Amino acid sequence: MELLYRRSLGPVVGAFLTALREQRLLGSRTAEGRVICPPLEYDPDSGDAVDDLVEVGSAGVVTGWSWVAEPRAKHPLPHPFAWALVQLDGADTSMVHALDAGSLDAVRTGMRVQVRWAPERTGHITDIACFEPEAS
Amino acid sequence: MRDVAIVSFAQAGSLVDTAESETQMLLPVINAAIEGSGITRADIGFTCSGSADYLAGTPFAFVANLEAVGAWPPISESHVDMDGAWALYEAWVRLQHGDVDVALAFSSGISSRSDLGEVLCLQNDPYYLMPLWADHVSLAALQARALLDQGLATEADLAEVVARSRRNAAANPSAHPDVRAAGDLSVDQLLEAAYTVAPLRAADCPPTTDGAAAVILVAGDRAREVCDNPAWIRGIDHRSEAHYPGLRDLAHAGSARLAAEHAGVADAPIEVAELAATFSHEELLLTEALGLGADTEVNPSGGALASNPMMVSGLIRIGEAFRQINEHGKHRTLGHAASGPCLQQNLVCVLEGDS
Repeated sequence: MELLYRRSLGPVVGAFLTALREQRLLGSRTAEGRVICPPLEYDPDSGDAVDDLVEVGSAGVVTGWSWVAEPRAKHPLPHPFAWALVQLDGADTSMVHALDAGSLDAVRTGMRVQVRWAPERTGHITDIACFEPEAS
Repeated sequence: MRDVAIVSFAQAGSLVDTAESETQMLLPVINAAIEGSGITRADIGFTCSGSADYLAGTPFAFVANLEAVGAWPPISESHVDMDGAWALYEAWVRLQHGDVDVALAFSSGISSRSDLGEVLCLQNDPYYLMPLWADHVSLAALQARALLDQGLATEADLAEVVARSRRNAAANPSAHPDVRAAGDLSVDQLLEAAYTVAPLRAADCPPTTDGAAAVILVAGDRAREVCDNPAWIRGIDHRSEAHYPGLRDLAHAGSARLAAEHAGVADAPIEVAELAATFSHEELLLTEALGLGADTEVNPSGGALASNPMMVSGLIRIGEAFRQINEHGKHRTLGHAASGPCLQQNLVCVLEGDS
């Protein structure tokens, strides 16, 4: 059984997801200058409120990964893929998302990847269809 | 702080595809805990339970579990939607109030009727992570990778944890029958298996387990009156860190380290530690975070890799740490419980015997 409902996401999470529709990525900058992406409304170290949003790049570096040989029905990709932690250019934290890399041997920590945008975007984390190796 | 001891522990630790309800699983376990405690049911001043309605698939499912306690005449009780280790923590806090001396903490979980790979996604944040259906094994594999990438462990180290867990499980009648039946597996044999979610293999992950457990807590001298060898709670603490895995250094279990500091783990040697490491690499993370040395025996029961009833595994760890004192004459032991993705939240309980 599922209960569906709508929520107002507020000025930080809402702004981030809304910007995805325009293929822009926002992070939140803490008082110490640390850029958190995807953004939080608070500094995870101090708990202080954070409302300063800055744009970060749509490409970045893989800081960790795991390889799914047999995707589950609800996974973002129907064929084998990596879960990746991606630190986008200009951000100090990593985003968890799928990485369409072809094979396990093609993935390594430190590799450059870029966002693959969903063709239709609705202000949802899945507006990022997945990441893919950066075009050289 | 008021001295509080565990005086009794009972479990149905490894039921497989049970046809029973949680209430039915709990009834004999709670009865056994009470009978083993030397107190009567009427003496219990506070009851706290742990379970997850998401597993039961019914809102307020935990209310029915009180049928296994006996709730008439009315009793004082509470519930946490967490592992039973946190129910024990609430019971310990309640006994600190000083007006009641005896508490019952119990928990139950039936994993076999759910797809944990979907149900546990619901504990992730609803905006950034849950819509991707990043399951708990996939997230755990990210943490295992962090250990490998930082040179803190090798895949052979993970297999060593699995091999030892399985050897120990062979002697534990409460371990999962499939794990016990598999027998000894060498590190080389374990490394030959295919990845489930690389770098984790099936044996690095816990078996699907149903189960229940219960403990009786008694405060002050009364604990010595009813129990020959009570296990005193010398320190208990739980800590949590940032929810989103991308914010954390996954190669270290920061909240486990904090909980250990506040529970006083380092004040004296720990002889036996029972860790709720549900994936092999988590044992390595926790051993480091809790500051446990080579002289501490880890998971002689086989640990959560040998039996992992959701919502119960942590309480069983504390129960096994109690048994090390109560039955095996150890002096100082540790029980650990965890919650959330990638060891996000950790509870540490230090127990001491009188001898």
